[in-house]
Amino acid sequence: MLSFIARRLGLLIPTFFGITLLTFALIRLIPGDPVEVMMGERRVDPEMHAQAMERLGLNKPLPEQYLDYVGKLAQGDLGESLRTRESVWNEFLTLFPATLELAFAALVFAGVVGLLAGVIAALKRGSLFDHGVMGISLAGYSMPIFWWGLILIMFFSVSLGWTPVSGRIDLLYDIEPKTGFMLIDTLLSDEEGAFKDAVMHLILPAIVLGTIPLAVIARMTRSSMLEVLREDYIRTARAKGLSPARVVFVHGLRNALIPVLTVFGLQVGTLLAGAVLTETIFSWPGIGKWLIEAIGARDYPVVQNGILLIACLVILVNFVVDILYGLANPRIRHQR
Amino acid sequence: MTTPIAKTVTTPATPVDQSLLYPSPYKEFWQAFSRNKGAVAGLMFMCLIVFCALFAPWVAPHNPSEQYRDFLLTPPVWLEGGNWQFILGTDELGRDLLSRLITGARLSLLIGLSSVLISLIPGVFLGLLAGFFPRILGPSIMRLMDVMLALPSLLLAVAIVAILGPGLINTVIAIAIVSLPSYVRLTRAAVMGELNRDYVTAARLAGAGLPRLMFVTVLPNCMAPLIVQATLSFSSAILDAAALGFLGLGVQPPTPEWGTMLASARDYIERAWWVVSLPGLTILLSVLAINLMGDGLRDALDPKLKNAA
Repeated sequence: MLSFIARRLGLLIPTFFGITLLTFALIRLIPGDPVEVMMGERRVDPEMHAQAMERLGLNKPLPEQYLDYVGKLAQGDLGESLRTRESVWNEFLTLFPATLELAFAALVFAGVVGLLAGVIAALKRGSLFDHGVMGISLAGYSMPIFWWGLILIMFFSVSLGWTPVSGRIDLLYDIEPKTGFMLIDTLLSDEEGAFKDAVMHLILPAIVLGTIPLAVIARMTRSSMLEVLREDYIRTARAKGLSPARVVFVHGLRNALIPVLTVFGLQVGTLLAGAVLTETIFSWPGIGKWLIEAIGARDYPVVQNGILLIACLVILVNFVVDILYGLANPRIRHQR
Repeated sequence: MTTPIAKTVTTPATPVDQSLLYPSPYKEFWQAFSRNKGAVAGLMFMCLIVFCALFAPWVAPHNPSEQYRDFLLTPPVWLEGGNWQFILGTDELGRDLLSRLITGARLSLLIGLSSVLISLIPGVFLGLLAGFFPRILGPSIMRLMDVMLALPSLLLAVAIVAILGPGLINTVIAIAIVSLPSYVRLTRAAVMGELNRDYVTAARLAGAGLPRLMFVTVLPNCMAPLIVQATLSFSSAILDAAALGFLGLGVQPPTPEWGTMLASARDYIERAWWVVSLPGLTILLSVLAINLMGDGLRDALDPKLKNAA
């Protein structure tokens, strides 16, 4: 097992350096003069221009610039935002819990509904329910989620007035950010009704962000469940006289879950990309909205290292999923 | 009463039994494809979209950028206040929505098609190289692709557009780069599978050079998964282009791109649902149609994958 982990870790290192090369190239590939682009004006005063080049380290040879960049990264220095003068790392840390909370809620929604729908569809293969689930999940898979969010807002927030339109919590509440997770913070605070308000704010974005993973999980669970139900051990379990629920959930679902878990891991990337859109629609103060605003404001240090951080996150999650997969399935572990 | 079962007596007119003849590959393909009802429905919808895109100036009832100042936010014709002049209503500047959607189809298909082509060709080439040179070149190409895969596709596209600046051509480039890795991986996997086959050895022994081996001997046998992948990445290209447009990073207004239209419609969400709903619905239906077609293609071309996804 240890050698398996070591081998996987070894694969991570070149990927990580590749990512730093990519984010390093980001700023250097901007067409035209980087300083002019960053300042958003033409014909910058030559002295200021030279100063800016010096400050950004753009006047050195490229390999040296890259080494500088990686060296700074190794020291945990991700630069500072051009807009707020705040360090990129601190900004990321304050905003990340919001994205994590949203992504987690979306994944729970997608997981619970997707697994249930997939299992029932597999059990009632060929039924109306099965066709319904497959049809809806195909539509969910093709969904432009930025539009889906707008439609849900239009229906539930504007027409019915059930949920708030945007943000994480009503401005009426003054919540002290202890953990950064609104649901936990509101529970810890003694403001009445704050928790319920936070939940209401979370529902729509979580549904929107969870739609594509939901579709994928439902389809995957169904096909994996169908395969497992054909196995001999299921027939044996039935023949032994076990209750149908036990056969389905203990003998069937447990084995059907392995491929579904991989899909769960793969969905993390989808979730982070979807977060960019979802957060923009719902004005959710997370890293997706932060990144898009930074691009709009030409805040290149934030763009550069924000992307780096997100990529590292995806790599890390995939690594963890790989390890878990190896734990669950020895055949993978010993494969070369 | 039982209905009499029609018995067909097969009396071969010619001594050769027709059913024993191997059907032409096109006919066989069509038979397998048309068994999938969803795929046929998808194909029909796509034919409609392609028709609209090709003949947009003649199909569209109005000029898509003409502003009818007296008809701002006119609802669709079936609603109160609707007007037969504007079947699907008008937007905040009084432009005909139907005409804009039809013209938008042009743009979406153009982005989809060109980005698929721009990524397919180098992707297949890199995949062939990676498959044929498994020692040094192959692994280094694959590592590079892993790096690109580490970023979620939309984020990578956003990053690329952040460098190049928004616009139609940059959208195409960004989406093409994003979909490159899947072609490379797919081609390499297919090539590795084919290289051990006897026919490749035979061709090699017959003295076929490397280019011939790559493009004439092996590549045609790897096409099935590539065609399926091309269809699927066509649909995600349309989706990503719309998402970029929605974020304000794609095609810029006033060009009638579906995602861009949605972005400018956001402010009218409380007053004019049609401005928001219809462009998105068009995106959804097109992407759904292409995905359905992709499923049908996969079943018809690549039976091995049938139960995989």
